[in-house]
Amino acid sequence: MGAYVIRRLLGAIPLLIVITAVVFSLMQLAPGGPLAVYGENPHLTAEDLEAIKVAMGLDKPPVIQYLYWLKEVIQLNFGHSLFTGRAVLEMIGERIPATLLLMTVAMSFSLLVGVILGVISAIKQYSKFDFSVTTLAFIGYSLPPFWFGIVLMIVFASTLQWLPAGGFADYGQEGNPLNVLSHLILPAAMLSILQIASWSRYTRSSMLEVIRQEYIRTARAKGLDEWSVIVKHGLRNGLIPVVTVVALSLPSLFAGAIMTETIFTWPGVGRLFFDALTKSDYPVLMAILTISASLVVIGNLLADMIYALLDPRIRLS
Amino acid sequence: MSTQVTSTAAVERPKAEFAEPPQPYWKLVLRRFMKHRMAVFGSITLFLLVFMSFVGPFLSPYSFDGIDLPNSNQQWPSMAHWLGTDELGRDILTRLMYAGRISLSVGLSVAFLGVVIGTIVGGLAGYFGKWVDNAGMRLTDVFLSIPILMLLMVMMKFLGKELFIIVLILGATSWMGVARLVRGEFLSLRNQEFIEASHAQGASSIWIMLRHMLPNALAPIFVAATLGVADAIMLESALSFLGFGIQPPTPSWGNMLTDAQQYMISTPWLAFYPGLLIFLTVASINFVGDGLRDALDPKLKR
Repeated sequence: MGAYVIRRLLGAIPLLIVITAVVFSLMQLAPGGPLAVYGENPHLTAEDLEAIKVAMGLDKPPVIQYLYWLKEVIQLNFGHSLFTGRAVLEMIGERIPATLLLMTVAMSFSLLVGVILGVISAIKQYSKFDFSVTTLAFIGYSLPPFWFGIVLMIVFASTLQWLPAGGFADYGQEGNPLNVLSHLILPAAMLSILQIASWSRYTRSSMLEVIRQEYIRTARAKGLDEWSVIVKHGLRNGLIPVVTVVALSLPSLFAGAIMTETIFTWPGVGRLFFDALTKSDYPVLMAILTISASLVVIGNLLADMIYALLDPRIRLS
Repeated sequence: MSTQVTSTAAVERPKAEFAEPPQPYWKLVLRRFMKHRMAVFGSITLFLLVFMSFVGPFLSPYSFDGIDLPNSNQQWPSMAHWLGTDELGRDILTRLMYAGRISLSVGLSVAFLGVVIGTIVGGLAGYFGKWVDNAGMRLTDVFLSIPILMLLMVMMKFLGKELFIIVLILGATSWMGVARLVRGEFLSLRNQEFIEASHAQGASSIWIMLRHMLPNALAPIFVAATLGVADAIMLESALSFLGFGIQPPTPSWGNMLTDAQQYMISTPWLAFYPGLLIFLTVASINFVGDGLRDALDPKLKR
């Protein structure tokens, strides 16, 4: 196991370096270069711009700039926002709680519902229930999430006026859990529909495979009741692939859901990314892109390791 | 999934041979496809949507950007404007049809581009193995690691929002699934006897890849391409909705939804149409893809 972990960790390092290079090159495509924002300021003369350029090291060749940037990034310094002048990490940091709250609520709810639906579907394969869940999952997959969000907003916020249309909490109510909860319901519902669809499919196919195994037949043959067979013997093995897929979706806990956060003006990292892109705030963009991509790599590693941990057959082969 | 895919028809034939005269492969596929009710239903819906988008605009008396301020924000559908008009008095139905033309064309072109790139990357990786495989798969990993919507938003913002560029960018970022798939197929085909035989006869690598391996991997590629169209339409709509895709006045279902969102209080139903069309299109394509999967390769049946 130890050698396996070390091999995977070493394999991730070049991947991370390439990702930072891709993010850095992406920013080189910005029209007008990184200083275009300053160009709009009438108080800055051409000499001033030149001075900023030299001060920021932008007169050096891109490769050197990249190495400078990489050196800082490794030390977790992502620089300062072009607009607020504040440290980028600090700006991201204060958005993380909102994103984390939204994503954990949506994810745990949809996992619970999705796994239950998937297990029942698998046990009763080809039944009416299975057929309905399958059809609903297909619909969930095909539903444009942004449209679903807007429909939710129209129905529950603007027409019925049961729930607020956006934001994290009413002014001055940020500490009131009930108020936050009322703002949380619609965006969480929007996120859940797609996730329930995919968790139910994963669980169903994984459970179907498990149910056909010989140890399930053995469990039945030794006279266990159906509940123990399904939950203790079936689900514990059937959930292994699901757990790894959960690990794979952990990075989204950080970046959140850009669309959801944009539609419901949820003050999370996704919304910060959207705003930073609209304003061309490059340091913020680069930080969010780099961190999210790195988390994906780490999530992949974690998923593989969890899989190896839970299923000894992987480790041994 | 990627057990050896020898001729897919061979699996069914032995038992069919006794029951009825052997049928051509496509007839068998068609028959299996017709058994998938949702897929048949999806094909019909899809056909109607394509007809509406490509023929509809010719039948409409309006243009997609014809502004008619006196008739703006018509409350209810009327004989003149079947689905009403938007805030500038443009006919909603006509705009929906034009938007469909754009979304469907973008979806098809992106899926095609993605399949071509994916097949090349995956094919080379699977056939040559070793460092080619390593390089190809690491490249795939990099693209899979960067959150796709963020990457697309940044690229659109920086590289422009013309239709052609949108197709190129979407295509360049939607090949990874196909690459992994084709690599898997090629890896399992590589060691089979008929490939060995071809090598022994002195066939070139290109010949073996194109003549012997690709045709055997076509079924799953075809399914992936179909599903890719749905994904591309969804991504394009999402980008257009966020303002980083197709730009007004050119209508797309995504940017029509953005417009409608601004008039959510006064005319909430305007938000209903574009989303419904995206949903119908994506759902039909997904069902067709599912039907094709069952029809082309019964072994993959879930």
